[in-house]
Amino acid sequence: MTATVDNFSSALELEHVESHLHPEPSYDVEAHPKPTGLEEIWRFTPLKRLRGLLDGPVSEAKLKLAEELPEGASLSTISREEAKALGGIAPLDRLAALAVENAPDAMLLNIDGELDAPVRLNWSGEAADQIVWGHTVVKLAPFAKATVLLDHIGSATYGSTVTYLVGDGAQLTVISLADWEDDAVHAVQNGVSVGRDAQVRFFEFTLGGDLVRSSTNVDYRGTGGSAELFGVYFADAGQHLEHRQFVDHTAPKTRSNVVYKGALQGQDAHTVWIGNVLIRKVAEGIETFEQNDNLVLTDGAKADSVPNLEIETGEIAGAGHASTTGRFDDEHLFYLQSRGIEETEARRLVVHGFFNDIIRRIGVADLQERLTSAIEDELATVVGRLES
Amino acid sequence: MSTLEIKNLHVSVETEDGEKEILRGVDLTINSGEVHAIMGPNGSGKSTLAYSIAGHPKYQITEGEVLLDGEDILELSVDERARAGLFLAMQYPVEVPGVSVANFLRTAKTAVDGEAPKLRTWVKDVNAALERVTLDPSFAQRSVNEGFSGGEKKRHEIAQLELLNPKFAVLDETDSGLDIDALRVVSDGVNRYTAQGDRGVLLITHYTRILNYIKPDYVHVFVAGRLAESGGQELAEQLEAEGYDKYVKAAAAL
Ligand SMILES: Nc1ncnc2c1ncn2[C@@H]1O[C@H](COP(=O)(O)OP(=O)(O)OP(=O)(O)O)[C@@H](O)[C@H]1O
Ligand SMILES: [Mg+2]
Repeated sequence: MTATVDNFSSALELEHVESHLHPEPSYDVEAHPKPTGLEEIWRFTPLKRLRGLLDGPVSEAKLKLAEELPEGASLSTISREEAKALGGIAPLDRLAALAVENAPDAMLLNIDGELDAPVRLNWSGEAADQIVWGHTVVKLAPFAKATVLLDHIGSATYGSTVTYLVGDGAQLTVISLADWEDDAVHAVQNGVSVGRDAQVRFFEFTLGGDLVRSSTNVDYRGTGGSAELFGVYFADAGQHLEHRQFVDHTAPKTRSNVVYKGALQGQDAHTVWIGNVLIRKVAEGIETFEQNDNLVLTDGAKADSVPNLEIETGEIAGAGHASTTGRFDDEHLFYLQSRGIEETEARRLVVHGFFNDIIRRIGVADLQERLTSAIEDELATVVGRLES
Repeated sequence: MSTLEIKNLHVSVETEDGEKEILRGVDLTINSGEVHAIMGPNGSGKSTLAYSIAGHPKYQITEGEVLLDGEDILELSVDERARAGLFLAMQYPVEVPGVSVANFLRTAKTAVDGEAPKLRTWVKDVNAALERVTLDPSFAQRSVNEGFSGGEKKRHEIAQLELLNPKFAVLDETDSGLDIDALRVVSDGVNRYTAQGDRGVLLITHYTRILNYIKPDYVHVFVAGRLAESGGQELAEQLEAEGYDKYVKAAAAL
């Protein structure tokens, strides 16, 4: 391990945990053998639809990037080795390792001070059959404060690793938007390292894509850190949208809160939510809660929802999880309809209400509107109805 | 002048042991301008009557009719009935997470009127309606009924009654769970509504207490799924003194 001044590149002094939740992190692609589909971390993913990404085809292609950088934020290109040396969570699966290995170079977004506007990284892909690898590092200096918006549109077959290094006392809001065309494939690992007393709010909105597999991993590099992970996904016919979180409570008095909400409609719409939380022996006095709610709008759609909590210390302030998968609540619809509101309109209100709890927390007005109208569009194309 | 006629209404619910008949032939006619109070013991089917009129899917009409100005509303969906001029203030108003009161009221008003309310006056109207039932205007930003106290939910129902101004209102135990001040606030709301002169009310209640504030034209005793007796205010006083015993026994003897 290279010795540097900041706390991210120092190895976490943690004992090895034989956790079934995740394999050993490693940059070495060979350490992550090609999956057969039976592995715990792969068993929900339709591997065939990854379009050969697991073979790690070489590609120099990049997504087109348009950026908005307020003062205090800077973007630069660095080498793979420089990026690795910055530290953070190493790849936890083969695709994340391949993204680091195959990306032509890495991008570093450096943030210092309190930004007065969001950083926007707007990525667009050109074609579904274009293989693209990406590697990005977002680094917040201690006590920095920023909102970073990562927007994905167009189409690609895209494997990416994004590493977040959040300095002590820093506050980071990330909004990652997968607004792909229907034929895109995107596999991403987000690795978030939370500094002492730092606060992270991480939003994921997944609306488009043929297959999206997003793994968001969190660890804590000091006491008192907080991570809130929020997700909204809306799967249509044939879409596979998979969101996995692994929150590794590696320090005492840390906090995590995970809330993911999804709606599904249409034949073979499939969503997967895996919420893994590990509370290590050192992590005394931590608090964690994770929740996943799915709203199944039509027949033929399937939502998998698996919370996992592994606790290695008895000294915790609170830990819990909840998972619901349901159809429309007839009582909600009845109440709205009894006030004259038509059934379709009532359904719209209920779905908006379902997601609004998360959308209203974003705090970026134009984005809130965009997401609300995106959900509106999804609802306008409801295919089939529930056999109630 | 409008009429709501309930004719020989039989209603069942699905239970684990099969169908169970709750309403066993209800006959009642309400004209606009009239307030009818229905009083009856727990489980006698009062809410079933209210929900059946509103069209709740849980209740199956096995026989009879409900006519609004001669048209059978049992053919209509829940929302069509509301747009035809019916309103149900529920015994247990439903919490609808994430849907703001403001959005809900505007959508309902638009649906009932067939056009969007004038933006400028509407916000004022909503605030005024909330204030009249002593709900802070900030309630408009909260989710519908979510986290409201029992009394706040009931007052919210009355605010809706005033804003939507239906032809007929069924109030299912709107008085229960209210303290004396809230009871007065709710009664005042109902009285403002009836003071228009051409609205009809079906007031379901357990207690004569609310009848000190809202004067019914007719009082009906409801026992075991049908009307056991009808009269005026004096019937309420008699119930207050004697309870439902005599009616329950008579119904059991049938
Ligand atoms: N799903 C059901 N299964 C069995 N019985 C039911 C079901 N739904 C309603 N009932 C019964 O129907 C009867 C009438 O209920 P209803 O709610 O109409 O009574 P109510 O007169 O409004 O009572 P209260 O004064 O307590 O509000 C009750 O005995 C109730 O238990
Ligand atoms: Mg009742």
